[in-house]
Amino acid sequence: MRSLVSFLLIFAAYSAFSQVKVKSSSLNTLDAVKKKGFVQCGVSSGLAGFSSIDSKGNWQGLDVDVCRAVAVAIFGDSKKVKFTPLSAQQRFVALQSGEIDILSRVTTQTLSRDTSLGLNFAPITYYDGQGFMVRKSDGIKSVHELSGASVCTQQGTTTELNVADFFRANKMKFKPVVFESNDEVTQAFLKGRCDVYSTDSSGLASERSKVKNPNDYIILPEIISKEPLGPAVRHGDDQWLDIVSYSVYALYEAEELGINSKNIKTFLNSTNPKVRRFLGITPGNGAALGLDEKWSHNIIKEVGNYAEIFRRNVGKDSPLKLERGLNASWKNGGLHYSPPFK
Amino acid sequence: MLNISFLRDARNRAIFFQVIAIAVIFFIGNFLYSNVSANLERQNIASGFGFFSKEAGFEIAESLISYGSQDSYLKALFVGALNTVKVSLIGNIFAILLGIIIGVMRLSPNWLISKLSKGYIEIIRNIPLLLQLYFVYAIFVDVFPSVRQALNPLYGFYFSNRGVVLPSVSDHPANNWIILAHLIGLVGSYFWFRKCKKIFELTGEMKARFFPSLLLIFIPPILVWAGYGFPLTWDIPQLTGFNFSGGITISPEFSSLLVGLVLYTSAFNAEIVRSGINSVKKGQVEAAKALGLKPRLTLSLIVLPQALRVIIPPLTSQVLNLTKNSSLAVAIAYPDFLNVSNTALNQTGQAIEIISLVIIVYLSFSLISSLFMNWYNKKVALVER
Repeated sequence: MRSLVSFLLIFAAYSAFSQVKVKSSSLNTLDAVKKKGFVQCGVSSGLAGFSSIDSKGNWQGLDVDVCRAVAVAIFGDSKKVKFTPLSAQQRFVALQSGEIDILSRVTTQTLSRDTSLGLNFAPITYYDGQGFMVRKSDGIKSVHELSGASVCTQQGTTTELNVADFFRANKMKFKPVVFESNDEVTQAFLKGRCDVYSTDSSGLASERSKVKNPNDYIILPEIISKEPLGPAVRHGDDQWLDIVSYSVYALYEAEELGINSKNIKTFLNSTNPKVRRFLGITPGNGAALGLDEKWSHNIIKEVGNYAEIFRRNVGKDSPLKLERGLNASWKNGGLHYSPPFK
Repeated sequence: MLNISFLRDARNRAIFFQVIAIAVIFFIGNFLYSNVSANLERQNIASGFGFFSKEAGFEIAESLISYGSQDSYLKALFVGALNTVKVSLIGNIFAILLGIIIGVMRLSPNWLISKLSKGYIEIIRNIPLLLQLYFVYAIFVDVFPSVRQALNPLYGFYFSNRGVVLPSVSDHPANNWIILAHLIGLVGSYFWFRKCKKIFELTGEMKARFFPSLLLIFIPPILVWAGYGFPLTWDIPQLTGFNFSGGITISPEFSSLLVGLVLYTSAFNAEIVRSGINSVKKGQVEAAKALGLKPRLTLSLIVLPQALRVIIPPLTSQVLNLTKNSSLAVAIAYPDFLNVSNTALNQTGQAIEIISLVIIVYLSFSLISSLFMNWYNKKVALVER
């Protein structure tokens, strides 16, 4: 009894005086990551093309490759990354609490997430917009014919708000059916619980690629929102934000310079100062970020440039077969643009 | 020296340790609070309950009050809380009724009936509720036809995987008065029951209770209805576009949650009822028989009053369990309080505030139901004279 009381007293005294020294898990993520030896990355629990597990048990997808790029930048090894599958709901808490170092989970950048959620967004990795998928047999041609429909969406997403906004703005009615996980939304839609499945149009293409007869479903042409998807990190660690940002920019810069994982060797003797700086032959960039000088060279060698990542995960070489569209490099009329690497 | 003699006094010592205990709790609480708020501030995460008055921006599938996406978060959360109350209230009534039926069946001398109810209890009790909910929901969504091929067993009734649609009575000014007359009749019949009981206790005379109270409940509303000239128009549901409009729709989400909760909890309730009835000594029933009481009176005057004393306390925890289990609604898209809170949490990102709110709300649901059950328990408890 006495020892218990004295323990409690000591604890109380300790807690009274140590209030200022709060746990600082999120300060200096780079050191913490280097110490544990891998990057912990939050991804979607299964969205073909962005993050899903293939038949060999490896994570695949565009979001996954972004995390790999960061791991390569730090460790020079794309295997030094661990993935945490998260629901839409869990994702922000997981990042805020320090459970993960990067959130790369088809997350839309919005003002309120950037501010009141305490996040910072790295560059956009996929420009998306919300769309609607319906059954072909319903004969619907436009979203404006959807008044009175039951709409299946996933909980805790910008989708839920966009649908409400869109129907309100167009003075149409709808019945929401909101599930916690993506798989349940898909199942409910396929079984006819709702008329419409709404999420980011890349997500619709991804879900459609998984069903038995994809031709029975059509994605309506209208896009009702802007969904810039990108990796997010905790607010307040500028160095970490810089590393994640420039790991993404390196993917764009390599595409602009025409460097990819196959031809990178031929660039090692390049005399182009831009290429030399980018590949770390002329040093400076690595030291500025607190990384190895070969960091961007390693990213392209191990993961590939953005064009390669896009093609194998969501583009021509994937079941999704998405067009580059807005996601092309600015040189080809898209939106991906890297600041100079100098 | 003074200090030692002060602490030697048992009363002083008791006070001294209690003061210490409170101080320790206060410091731990303070530590947690200041740590959390410092962390939130450092990470630039918004805090406080200011979001209550902000526009929610999301729709809720079913609501007992009118709600739209332009309403506030507070109202959205209230809608969710009402949905939880709705499913728990209806669920508990059915779970108790079904529990009594199955519990009595379990004691039946008929071998088949007794074994059937035993099988029911054992199977239902030993499968996780979440699994049962998925199963029931899958039955609703998979087995029922699509909305365009809805089953139409009766004029105006439709069954589809969008739920059950029933005709409803169209609005008329008479409706409110009819309901009021009905309520007055209910109160009247309650007083008639009390009066009968008093007469019985004083004189031993048994007045008819059932038939007069039936008259009391149904005659006034019919009179009011006649006074208005028997107005009655039905709102018949019709398939317009994607869904039925008009009538009342009972969603598959609500139905599956209700069915799942009722089946699960009734199995526990049945065992409680059985144990209650078994607790009444055999001699009591035999004595009642010896006095010449009919079986119905034996049950209502001898067995039930004694069994209820055993039944009520564990039944209280089942009532609370059903209410708490209703939060599994989130898995099958029923917009209960937890479901709406999760959405609000996601849109605002204020996890600590909303999770505390969820804790407080479920705690008050539980405390209110247990207050009610304790009051009822006191009422049926043994009165020693």
